[in-house]
Amino acid sequence: MSTTTDTLDQQWAATKERADGFARAAPYTNPYLAGIGLGLVLLSAFVVMGRGLGASGAVNAFVAWVVSLVAPGHAAGNEFLQEYLGDGSTHPLKAWLVFEVLGVFAGALLSGVLARRVAVITERGPRVSVGTRLLMAFAGGATMAFGAALARGCTSGQALTGGSMLNAGSWATMMAIFGGAYALAWFVKWQWR
Amino acid sequence: MNAPFFKYGMFGDETSLVIAFAIGIGFGFFLERAGFGSARKLVSQFYLNDLAVFKVMFTAIVTAMLGVTYLGWLGVLDVSLVYLTPTYLWPQIAGGLILGFGFVIGGYCPGTSVASMATGRVDGLAFALGLPAGTFVFAELFPWLKRFFLTGDFGLRTLPDVLGLSHGLVVFLVVLMALGGFYGASVLEGIFGTGDAPDDARQ
Repeated sequence: MSTTTDTLDQQWAATKERADGFARAAPYTNPYLAGIGLGLVLLSAFVVMGRGLGASGAVNAFVAWVVSLVAPGHAAGNEFLQEYLGDGSTHPLKAWLVFEVLGVFAGALLSGVLARRVAVITERGPRVSVGTRLLMAFAGGATMAFGAALARGCTSGQALTGGSMLNAGSWATMMAIFGGAYALAWFVKWQWR
Repeated sequence: MNAPFFKYGMFGDETSLVIAFAIGIGFGFFLERAGFGSARKLVSQFYLNDLAVFKVMFTAIVTAMLGVTYLGWLGVLDVSLVYLTPTYLWPQIAGGLILGFGFVIGGYCPGTSVASMATGRVDGLAFALGLPAGTFVFAELFPWLKRFFLTGDFGLRTLPDVLGLSHGLVVFLVVLMALGGFYGASVLEGIFGTGDAPDDARQ
């Protein structure tokens, strides 16, 4: 097309090379094959456990635990955190989602090592400093955790799990996630170009 | 064979944690395989350069949905015993929008940030550190948010309930929607794709 496109393409290529930081990495799996694999993992969770996948629930349990250590009375008095502390008979971190998330770390590391994709780098656009990118990532994480708490689940628990169970609220959440992301995308594109 | 196994008491809580770890390994493995340990790959969805997020997510949803449906029909899986989050429509729409904002600002979602952190992404680590911060703020504000948190209470509600259609028909419509979406995704990639997205370059 135009020269502008060429320049952007070249920039993209240069950025990619720097961001990836390794040349021998294996290609990503075909998205439909990876999706079938992910779907079978989710199905196995339904069949074996009677529940789906999640991520933000583990964070809630972690925060409830930390707050209960620092300010036990405060945590006990907080209805949201109390749900993750229970009656105190079991440790808050001895929760299904906490162990599942530890597994996510191990599984991703295994896949990354096999594909030679493990590299200590900060993914960012060519005109963005590492500090700025890390700040944006932190802000994005905090924002998503807030949204997940409000929506009763994140992309894993609502979109993926609830979506496949045809849960009405999960589909509303999923549509809103895509809507929110597309609405804001243009304003934060500077991170990547 | 009666499933869900856990609900039929085939093993206890301790074993369920081992299973949680094993299922998590599968989850993380396929997230990383798909390229979801990379913020660049994930946000490409929202700039229409690479729609792998949509493709992987909807293939997974359709696969699990068909599995649950057929195992239910065969009488192997008691679908009514599978946990369903109750619908609270308004906080879920608001929370979903906020989730979307955070996704495109930070470049990850909670699960994928763990996968990215595991493969060395420092921005993935920063994202993951942001998660407890956001949860803490929510928890502190919960006394004020509680009223809104409980609005739009529709209880346990599925799409077939809402649409007044049979379960099988809704499953069929979701499959059609996914197939249409996959075709649409390939068209969009043809228009907006850089042809040099992180995965395509090496395939």
